Amino acid sequence: MRLERRAHVPLYLVIVAPVVAVTVALILAAGLIAAAGVNPLTAYAEMVQGAFGSRLSMTETLTRATPLILTGLAAAIAFRARLWNIGGEGQFFMGALVTAWVGHSLGLPPVPGIAVLLVIGMAAGAVLLAGPAYLRLRFGVDEVVTTLLLNFIVILFVGLMVEGPLRDPMAFGWPSSVPVDSDFRLPDLIARTRLHIGFLIAIAAAGGVWLILARTVFGTETRAVGLSPSAASFAGISLPKNLMAVALFSGGMAGLAGSMEVLGVTAVVTTTMSPGFGYAGIVVAMLAALHPAGVVAAAVFVATVFVGADAMSRATGVPSFIADVIVALCLLTMLVALLFTTYRVQR
Amino acid sequence: MIEALDLLGNTSLWAAVLRIATPLIFGVLGALLCERAGVLNLGIEGIMTMGAMTGWLTVYMGGDLWTGLVVAALSGALMGLLHAMLTVPLGLSQHVSGLGVTLFASALAYYLYRLIVEVGDLPPTIEPFRPLDVPFLSDIPVLGPVLFQQTMPTYLALMSVAVMAYVLARTPLGLAIRMTGENPHAVDAQGLNPTAIRIGAVVAGSALMAIGGAFLTTAAFNSFFPEMVQGRGWICIALVVFASWRPGKALIGALLFAFFDAFQLRLQTVIEGVPYQLFLMAPYVMSILALVLVARRAEVPEALMTPFRRGER
Repeated sequence: MRLERRAHVPLYLVIVAPVVAVTVALILAAGLIAAAGVNPLTAYAEMVQGAFGSRLSMTETLTRATPLILTGLAAAIAFRARLWNIGGEGQFFMGALVTAWVGHSLGLPPVPGIAVLLVIGMAAGAVLLAGPAYLRLRFGVDEVVTTLLLNFIVILFVGLMVEGPLRDPMAFGWPSSVPVDSDFRLPDLIARTRLHIGFLIAIAAAGGVWLILARTVFGTETRAVGLSPSAASFAGISLPKNLMAVALFSGGMAGLAGSMEVLGVTAVVTTTMSPGFGYAGIVVAMLAALHPAGVVAAAVFVATVFVGADAMSRATGVPSFIADVIVALCLLTMLVALLFTTYRVQR
Repeated sequence: MIEALDLLGNTSLWAAVLRIATPLIFGVLGALLCERAGVLNLGIEGIMTMGAMTGWLTVYMGGDLWTGLVVAALSGALMGLLHAMLTVPLGLSQHVSGLGVTLFASALAYYLYRLIVEVGDLPPTIEPFRPLDVPFLSDIPVLGPVLFQQTMPTYLALMSVAVMAYVLARTPLGLAIRMTGENPHAVDAQGLNPTAIRIGAVVAGSALMAIGGAFLTTAAFNSFFPEMVQGRGWICIALVVFASWRPGKALIGALLFAFFDAFQLRLQTVIEGVPYQLFLMAPYVMSILALVLVARRAEVPEALMTPFRRGER
């Protein structure tokens, strides 16, 4: 028995793989829920109810999916080119920080102001990933470790800023920055909910990434580099240039996620504003098999797990950490499922 | 400035160095063993978290401290087995699998902790390892407190360095492990099984990582709480590169690192007006700098991150 690479991956497998992976992950997690003395089926029903049961919960799930779409895109873009960007969390915070910083004193009318803030948020994320990409090109330093370590550095830096120069003297309790000018808040998509038009921007971004990867020279080069760097180099593609472009693009998406979270949801930057959006983005990208369209679906799924698990935890007493367990299991099962989409078992 | 230099003469600084280095020594040895066999183990952060939880929980439930370390090692070995199965026989991406194991192991550790332990306002505590009190030796000025008033796991860590260095450099097993990391096909041609060697190395390395995690909850502190590993695993991954995959240099790297960490902690109290976050950033910045310094001339195991499939190059 051995594995043989498929010449062509049939479409049905691309769709079946994540479904099987998620099902297996949910079955495995059911054991842990049962260990808490709760019927897993009841728990999962509570989760679906908690994530989609009412207008409010549904919009909450989509609000949560918005940054996940963007951090998922960030990971998908980078992983396609074998740039291991694990720094989505740091890039998210950098985008959020810069947006909050500039956003409270920017003298522009609302619409251009929002556009400027989103762009500088993106730029902040892009610059943060350009550093590790440069270190890899110049010194051969593995970007996995540098991007991971930068996450810690950036969150400490955010803490320094919100306790120092950016501190809101009016804020009670946990330190936060001064809120951004209300002119620059992203309009609500549905009135009296937290869902903002950033959700549509994120979906548009996914469409844009899809187009860029499928229809531009940059996209084709990136795919070539991802499949075989040596062959791509032989074909005349400049690997350093491509790597840097991928880094800016990927970091920019994660930075945009942070920027929109500030303008759409929190209005301020705090060190606790992300429940691991950057890390979850990696799971989103893998569940999507690194495809931009799949990223949207996978982000909604992961958001469902997080929002649903909170509600389920309140109703049944199962610790809400079960959400992180399910999401992590999905990553591992999807990794195995992907093996069977690219290879087949030959007797 | 004078005050900062005064700190260097402070015995408690030097005593703290070995204490802070201990989890790093276990972690870096574990990561080194995996990588010498050709497998990058980014599960380290989660495995250390798992070890910290299971080690603590065992003692909390009435086990003794050494049983705690053994249980921690077993739980780490189990997580290592998961990573090994995914990356060695299945040949999946070591990066993604490792991150998956980290996310899974830490989430599972938090989940089980919340499930089993009643947490009030403060996390419950255990009676941790006590510093040794050796007659005469512990009373030597300066050297006594620095070398002979540590907890037992610290000595275990130092012994592990020697054992690891000996096994890797001087035994047939060590040769097989190193060769698997350089050229698994040559190992195969020798009639040895590179798949089994890699799985074994990852399992054993993960057990070491978990003991490092357990040191945090059974010796350095006396309770378990989320996010307590704080990137120590990632720092260990950087230290392995810094040490050129050699146990002796890994010890030096861990000690140097621990020295700077202990020093910055005390410097905070001396230098006023500098935000404390800048000091806390120092270890992470230093890890990146260390990587930049050595990366170009690092002697990476030739087959690191290359899956082995017989008959495939």
